[in-house]
This record gives sequence, structure tokens and C-alpha cells, in this order.
Amino acid sequence: MSNSIRKWVFVLIVPVLVLVILGSVGSAGHGVALQSANIDLSDKASLQRGAQKYMNYCIGCHSLQFSRYNRMAEDIGLNADNGFSEDDVATLLKENLVFTRDEDGKQTQLGSLMKTAYSPKAASEAFGTAVPDLSLVGRSRGADWIYSYLKGFYLDDSRPMGVNNTVFKDVGMPHVLADLQGYQTLDHNEGDEHHGAPALTLAKPGKLSAHEYDRVAKDLTAFLAYVSEPAQLSRKMYGILTLLFLVLFFGVALLLEKEYWKDIH
Amino acid sequence: MAAYPRKTEATGLLGWVDERFPIVDTWKAHMSEYYAPKNFNAWYYFGVLAMLVLVIQIVSGIFLTMHYKPDTALAFASVEYIMRDVPGGWFIRYMHSTGASAFFIVVYFHMFRGLMYGSYKGKRELVWLIGMALYLALMAEAFMGYLLPWGQMSFWGAQVIINLFNTIPLVGDQLSLFIRGDFVISDPTLNRLFAFHVAAVPLILVALVFVHIVALHTVGSNNPDGIEIKKLKNEKGIPLDGVPFHPYYTVHDIPAIVVFLMVFFAIIFFSPEMGGYFLEHANFEPANPLKTPEHIAPVWYFTPFYTVLRAVTLSPFMGTLAMFGAIIMLFLLPWLDRNPIKSWRYRNTAHMLNLAIFAAVFIILGYLGVKAVTPEYKEMGVRMTEIYFLFFAVIFAHSNSVKPGRYLIWFILLVGVVAGIDFWRFNPEDATSAKQIMWQWVWPVGYLVLTLLLPFVMRGCNAEKTVPERVTS
Repeated sequence: MSNSIRKWVFVLIVPVLVLVILGSVGSAGHGVALQSANIDLSDKASLQRGAQKYMNYCIGCHSLQFSRYNRMAEDIGLNADNGFSEDDVATLLKENLVFTRDEDGKQTQLGSLMKTAYSPKAASEAFGTAVPDLSLVGRSRGADWIYSYLKGFYLDDSRPMGVNNTVFKDVGMPHVLADLQGYQTLDHNEGDEHHGAPALTLAKPGKLSAHEYDRVAKDLTAFLAYVSEPAQLSRKMYGILTLLFLVLFFGVALLLEKEYWKDIH
Repeated sequence: MAAYPRKTEATGLLGWVDERFPIVDTWKAHMSEYYAPKNFNAWYYFGVLAMLVLVIQIVSGIFLTMHYKPDTALAFASVEYIMRDVPGGWFIRYMHSTGASAFFIVVYFHMFRGLMYGSYKGKRELVWLIGMALYLALMAEAFMGYLLPWGQMSFWGAQVIINLFNTIPLVGDQLSLFIRGDFVISDPTLNRLFAFHVAAVPLILVALVFVHIVALHTVGSNNPDGIEIKKLKNEKGIPLDGVPFHPYYTVHDIPAIVVFLMVFFAIIFFSPEMGGYFLEHANFEPANPLKTPEHIAPVWYFTPFYTVLRAVTLSPFMGTLAMFGAIIMLFLLPWLDRNPIKSWRYRNTAHMLNLAIFAAVFIILGYLGVKAVTPEYKEMGVRMTEIYFLFFAVIFAHSNSVKPGRYLIWFILLVGVVAGIDFWRFNPEDATSAKQIMWQWVWPVGYLVLTLLLPFVMRGCNAEKTVPERVTS
């Protein structure tokens, strides 16, 4: 074998072996299939609706302790670029989105973190478990999980809150969005993995149609995904600029190298 | 004794310095008159890339230290504070988290380069040993840094690693208590690991890098042909196949650095979690000593050794020994691979297969380490661990290609070892694992067939080539 052929054999043998050996045993599939949330973080209206739903339905128990109200407003499009003055934003926030109170019982300041007064101890007494902060659920569980969770509540008499969830078995939480979605029932056992997602049917309709509720779930998912990493709204733009610069720099660096090395043989 | 005052040809400020510090001589010895082989290929970029990543880690680490709080009550929140409220904080943090993984990627390539071209041979044993010490220090640095964000994986990963010391007979409990500074991983543990991570280990790393380079520049760089360029010099004493490191390799490295940075920044800006491998999903939950995660997986760069640990089920202590043994074996390579030919280019085909299979096995071990254990994966972990250790015996057997009859003896001996282990652990009552043992023996035996039986049977696969006098391009 000539050396150039040997080199290719060497290079190709490694991935081929990895694939052949690992492919010889089946990989283990597990867990319930999640529904795709398909969120779009550039859709500011969706983020704003998500924020509004979150502040009305969720923050009573679930804090977002690393986020600040004014930063959130800026990020979801309540900012000068969209024609809102500082006073407009303050009024919008205070009247529509800030329902938490500080230690003195006053409405939480706009620059403050989104904490709640609901103590872990009180939560444990009510639900048997501490209520988690949801700042990072978008990263620890992922958007598809949140979306599937919000759509996964079904009636279950064996649970203290009367409901269970397809993606979070024996969850301690009640179905807070029931007045919007209504109540679902689970048709076949979720242990039957081969049939994909368990079939849920709407037993008692809520205020919204199924389609409208899907949008609520999607908006909330988008909002939580944003909250989990505010930087993601801007980092891709920096990435494109950085790569553009590096491509140009690569050209210059390559020319410099060729110039120096042209005499070496 | 040198003349007083020190003689210098430099004038001005440089002259003033050169009378007091050998700046001109140092520059010449390591840059402008350090002659490196002119035939370096892409594999030779990873050394300079490792130094670049070290600088990135130190600089980004300094900025992180300005905002991070090493306190179990504050650590997790301080990291999120960096991610949200510190201007540019997310960028610094992603630089550091991506840098950790990038460090291991370039170091693994750098080490494999050494294996391919026999860079630990020809008075270069110390360069290799110092490099291995650097690798150990790097692993310690990465492990300690991973505790600092105080997420679930930080906590439970550290729990697994520190509990390894528990397995040591007699002193184990006392030792792990001494390491933790408490009966559980808690505030004192976080504080001391922080101290080691930001002060002690970085100092060791920088010092070892310095020594690594001094040793390298004393013996001279190896090259893809494995030829000692210092053997053939011109009348001025300059190696015929050498070029001054500066400017030739400084300008040669810049495009490679730019390509590396493209990948590095693409990850930072477009996919900083890298699908949960660079930043694990479970680590976005704060550490909870009362809630064990379903599946504890270390970060990807430790997983090959984690699989070795899980594969040896004889006793926990034996597992720990096997894991550390897997690293220690690498230290011994210069004394195991005694073949006088350095580069795989001129070694026999069996050696090439040996290296390629070793690389593949290392990747598979890594893959298995992030996966939950199934009977198939468990047995595969054992088989890959066997090949990992057999590699060192085979590379020793390949030291001498003149008497291929020895390959047969080695083959019989090593197949005997594999069969002996199987015979000893085979338990027909445990049907699932017995079934796996009964077919997955093909991996280690196939490996030995390709690397030992093949060169014995086929003369072509044992043929070594003459190493040329001069480097090839």
C-alpha cells in the first residue's frame, strides 16, 4: 500500500469501527415522546402573551428568581425601539404584569428579581413538595418538555389534586390552566410505549378551543425558554459578526503564511 | 563565568534589558533560532492550540472569579447573575465552559499525535511524562471547576469521584473525609475546590507547560516521519530539514488558530450547551443533596475512564484501580513501545491497525460512559476495557517485528487471558449477561486477530519500511 492510501485507511477505519461496534447493539429508547413546541423567540407578541399568562397564572407559586421585571420588559419588546417610553413601560408593567409584593407589602420594584412570597414550607404543606423556581426549566427540561407538560394534564382520581400528567408522573401540582383548557382523560395506559404519545381526549371543555389553548401553551413555553437564557436573543447575531471577521482574517493569515513559506520546499 | 558587564549587541532599551536579562538569547533559543522540522502536518497544531485554550481559560476564569461566590448558598445564583446581570457575563462564562471541553479535545488530539508519530521516543520520554502530568493536572482542574456552579451534576459528579477514595482499604473513609472537609460534600468542600481551581492547579499547569516546552526545545521536535533532523546539519550547524520556529511556524500557526476560533466561537454563540455535552441539562438545577438524579453522567471528557470504572465489577476498589490504571498505562508508553521506528508511516500495518482500533475504542468507551447501563452496553464496556488494556501488551509485542513467531505466542497468551476472564465471570444463571458474554467476545479476540495473528500469517502486514534520511513533505 502506498502511504497516501494507508493514511486514508487509517483515518476512515476509526469512525467505521465506532459505528460498527456501537451499531451491533440496539440503543435503548426510553421515556414518553414529547410534542414539538416549535417556538420562535423572535416573535415578541408570543413572548408578551406568554409573560402575561405567566404573571397571571404561574408566578403566584413559581418564582423566576434570577430575572428582573424591567429587563424582561426590555427583552420581550416593551422598549423604546417599539415606541414605548420609560414611563409607558413602567405603567404597563405595574398595571399588567407585576402582581408580586416585596417585604413591606408594596408592589415589587421594577428593577427587582421576580421572587414570590410563597415559602417552601407552606408549599410543602399544601402540595407535599417545594414549588420549584422555573428560571431554568427551559434549559434543564427543554422547551418541548414544557409544552408537552402544559398539554399533558389529565383527570386521575387517585391523585390528591385530581389530576396527573403524561410527562411528569404523579406531579404534585393542580391543573392551574384548567379554566382555559378544560379537563382531559387518558385513554390508554401510558406504559404502552409502542403507540407513541398517550391519547388524551377533552372530557370537559374550558374557555378556549383546543387550538387556542395550544397557542397559550406555546406562548408560555416561549416565555420560559427566553427566561432560561436571556442572552440567546442576541448571541447569534454576535456569532455571525465574529465568524465574518474570522473568515476575513483567515484569508489574510493564509496569504501571510504562503508569503513566508514560498521559499521552503 | 560570564563577562561583567554582560556583553550585548543590542542597543537602546533592548540593550539595557539584555545586559540584565538574557532576552536576546532566550528569544533566539526558543523562537528565531529554534529549528523545527519543516514537515509538520495538521496534527502539529494541537500543541499551540492547547496553549491558546490555557490562556483563554485563565483570562475568562479571572473575570468569572470577580463575580462568582464560592458559597453553597450563593454559588448557583451567582452563576446565573453572571449569565444575566453582568454585562457580557454570558460570553465570559460560555468561553470558560466551552474552553474546558475544547481543552480536552485539543489535548486528546495532541496525545494521539504523539502515539502516531512516536513522539515519546528518542530522548523524548520526559517530554511525554511531563505532558502526562499536565493531562492529570488538567483532569483535576476540570473536575474541581465542575463543582463550582453547584448544580445537580456538579454535586453528584463530585460525589461519585470523591467516593472513589472511599474504596481504598483501611484509610478510605478517613481520606475522603479529609478531602471533603466534612462528612458530606458541602461548603468547606466547595471552598477548598475553589481554592485549588483558581490558584493551586493553574500554577501547576502553567509551570508544567513551561517545563514541557523547555524539555521539548532541548531534545527538538519530532515530526510525521519520525526523523531526527539534528542528524543532518549544514556547515553552519543548522539542520537541513529545519526552519526557524519564528517566523515560519508562528505565521504557519495563525490560520490554524483562526480555524480553531471559528469552531470555538460558533459553539459559544450558536450552541453553547452542545446538546447537553458541554453544559449538561441536569446542571441547570441547583445541587440537591436529598435528590439523586436518575442518571449520573460525568462530562464527556471523563467518560472513557468512567466506563472503565463501571466495567470492573470485581470490587469497588478494583474498579478504582482499573480507572487510575488506565491513565497510568499511558505514562509507561515510552518503555512499552520499544520499536526503533517512531512514525506509524514506516511501521507495519498491524501497528497502524492497533492505533486506529485504540482510538475507536477510546471513543466507544466515552460514548458508553454517557449512556445508562443496559446489559448490552455493560458487556461492551467490559470488552472495550479489555481492548484498552490489551493495547499496551500488543504495542509491546510489536516492538520487534523481526521474529513474527513471537506474535503467535503473544496471541495465544492474550486470548488465554481474555478467555480466562470470561471463564471466571461466566455465570449461566445470569442468562442476560451470559448471553452478552457469549457473543461480545468477538471484539477483543477480533482485535488480537487483526493486530497479532494477521502479521504472523500475512507477511505483508508485518513489513516495515525503511525510514528515509530526509523528511518527506
